[in-house]
Amino acid sequence: MYKNFFRYLISAIFLLGFSVNSNADFKVGFVYVGPTGDHGWTFQHHEGRNAVEAAGIKTTFVESVPEGADAERVIRQLAQSGHDLIFTTSFGYMDPTNKVAKDFPNVKFEHATGYKREHSNVSTYSARFYEGRTLLGHIAGKMTKTNTIGYIASFPIPEVIRGINAMTLAAQKVNPNIKTKIVWVFTWYDPGKEAEAAQALIDQGADVIMQHTDSTAPVQTAEKAGVWSFGQASDMQRFAPKSILTSIIDDWAPYYVERAIAARDGTWKQQDTWHGLKEGMVAMGPYNSAMGADLVKEVEQLQKDLASGKVHSFTGPIYDQKGNILVAEGKVADDGMLAGMSVYVKGVEGDIPK
Amino acid sequence: MSLDISFIGILIGSIMASSVPLILAASGELITERSGVLNLGVEGMMIIGAISGFALMVITDNLFIAIIGSMLSGVIISLIFGFLTQSLLTNHVATGLALTIFGIGLSAMLGKNFVGIPGKDFPILFSSLRESIPFFGPILFGHSIVLYFAFALPFLTNYFLKKTKLGLVVRAVGDSPVSASNQGINVILVRYCCILYGGAMCGLAGAYLSLIYTPQWIENMTAGRGWIALALVVFATWSPIKVLIGALIFGGITILQLHMQAIGFRIPVQFLSALPYLMTIIVLVVISRDSRKIKLNTPTSLGRIFYKEK
Repeated sequence: MYKNFFRYLISAIFLLGFSVNSNADFKVGFVYVGPTGDHGWTFQHHEGRNAVEAAGIKTTFVESVPEGADAERVIRQLAQSGHDLIFTTSFGYMDPTNKVAKDFPNVKFEHATGYKREHSNVSTYSARFYEGRTLLGHIAGKMTKTNTIGYIASFPIPEVIRGINAMTLAAQKVNPNIKTKIVWVFTWYDPGKEAEAAQALIDQGADVIMQHTDSTAPVQTAEKAGVWSFGQASDMQRFAPKSILTSIIDDWAPYYVERAIAARDGTWKQQDTWHGLKEGMVAMGPYNSAMGADLVKEVEQLQKDLASGKVHSFTGPIYDQKGNILVAEGKVADDGMLAGMSVYVKGVEGDIPK
Repeated sequence: MSLDISFIGILIGSIMASSVPLILAASGELITERSGVLNLGVEGMMIIGAISGFALMVITDNLFIAIIGSMLSGVIISLIFGFLTQSLLTNHVATGLALTIFGIGLSAMLGKNFVGIPGKDFPILFSSLRESIPFFGPILFGHSIVLYFAFALPFLTNYFLKKTKLGLVVRAVGDSPVSASNQGINVILVRYCCILYGGAMCGLAGAYLSLIYTPQWIENMTAGRGWIALALVVFATWSPIKVLIGALIFGGITILQLHMQAIGFRIPVQFLSALPYLMTIIVLVVISRDSRKIKLNTPTSLGRIFYKEK
């Protein structure tokens, strides 16, 4: 309680500082869930902001804003202090963003990874991270010796579940004996806890570690234990040069620049953007040579096919854990189904926390 | 789950490693509180220790200097708290909270240039014995020197408070500063020393995270451990040994619940996540039921401002 209150206080002080500098110019605000120095999720959004700034547009940002009620106050404050376009960069900002958007019809809002666009001034955007997960699954399935993949999950939201499923389906395709062990840590960012989760999975026999959390702690734990891992959101290779096979990199910069310019020039329209490998919003880090030349070639081909649409991450037949069919043979999952994904596919162990 | 004996040894080893920051910070805060000072700045002092230790490691390439430097940085920042509360007689709670906010902000600023630099391997002791002795090997050997120090600390603290004259002085100052002062004890000086000691231990706890446990600097990397250490002191009813037990239970259940998830126990994950907090409180409440002992250990004048009448 105190913590949140003081975080808000700090944010407010921050905003105050920025609003002093404000003038009538066009201004873009960013709300981050973590610190810009997380070297993961928020770091990449911040890189996007830097690109907007480089394009000659004024920006401000507020970092480490907890999801929930505090977020609404921060977003409202940004809207009140003369920002024309506001990017809210975490799933948990979905309702606060829409609530504030209602009261500020002249301010444009862009919410990352959400699906609610209740007012005409709210756009949503996300990246098809699951395409990257498909590549990771393929690599993991080939690289594991224990047939056990450890997965550190943050919160049971469709985006995270989609990643688990995409990875498992791809791994099963190359290695039918694969088991996915999942640990939910209920945080996006707690290096200590993420390291402990990685260690628990390694102790339980996982020799490939994957994370849907934001710090570099899991890859470092994997490096120490001598097992494989993958970087998340940003290229984490230098934190675990031996262990990291590749990283999924989020590249928000082109989108942020495009939308900021559109808003400034008055051509901004509400839309729902979901870009992937094709558009470059999802990119892959360098492949580790330990994978061997053949596997690298295979994965690069798969990456091309995913980008061109020749291969889809969710191609039927896909079954849920109970064996009910989710996607029929020869069909692919549509975006509506992907966006609302809330069940595990067959082969994933355990239940989704409710 | 392979329940073989050597696996349990590894498990206990990692539980010990995860409880070190809690033991260090809580033991330091315990001495501070026993002298009657409530310093809520634990989280802030830890994070300052974390960045100072990491920065010094990068700059000097010397882990010894980094460790000593992190403790000194804790001392310096707690000196601010000491000056405000003891010399300027400000409110302990408000000043401590301010110290935490200040520490988090300052560390983020200092750390800007240290983000993204990989840490260094911290030397571990007796690593060959760790591998060669089943079960006891991973428990007793292959840890950093800081861990051994952390596990000795609660016993040393207990001895200090109960058996030494200085310990008696600290307790007297915490219980009844007025009588202590009348006995010729310099209450303010004693409290200053206890505050600085607490700062040094919190600094070390932070450095353990940034140099040994997850060797890197990331903003806000203490992630609330300072608050847990603070709560531990209270629930352990100001007894150093119970602080150790509490920290081990908290670290233990945290890690066990991750293992239970990985094994696939069909228990709601939210319940498992809450378990460390629940169990720690329950166990500490149960082992601290003796109200006579609680009275004996509780610093009666905790958080009260003392000033000497002239």
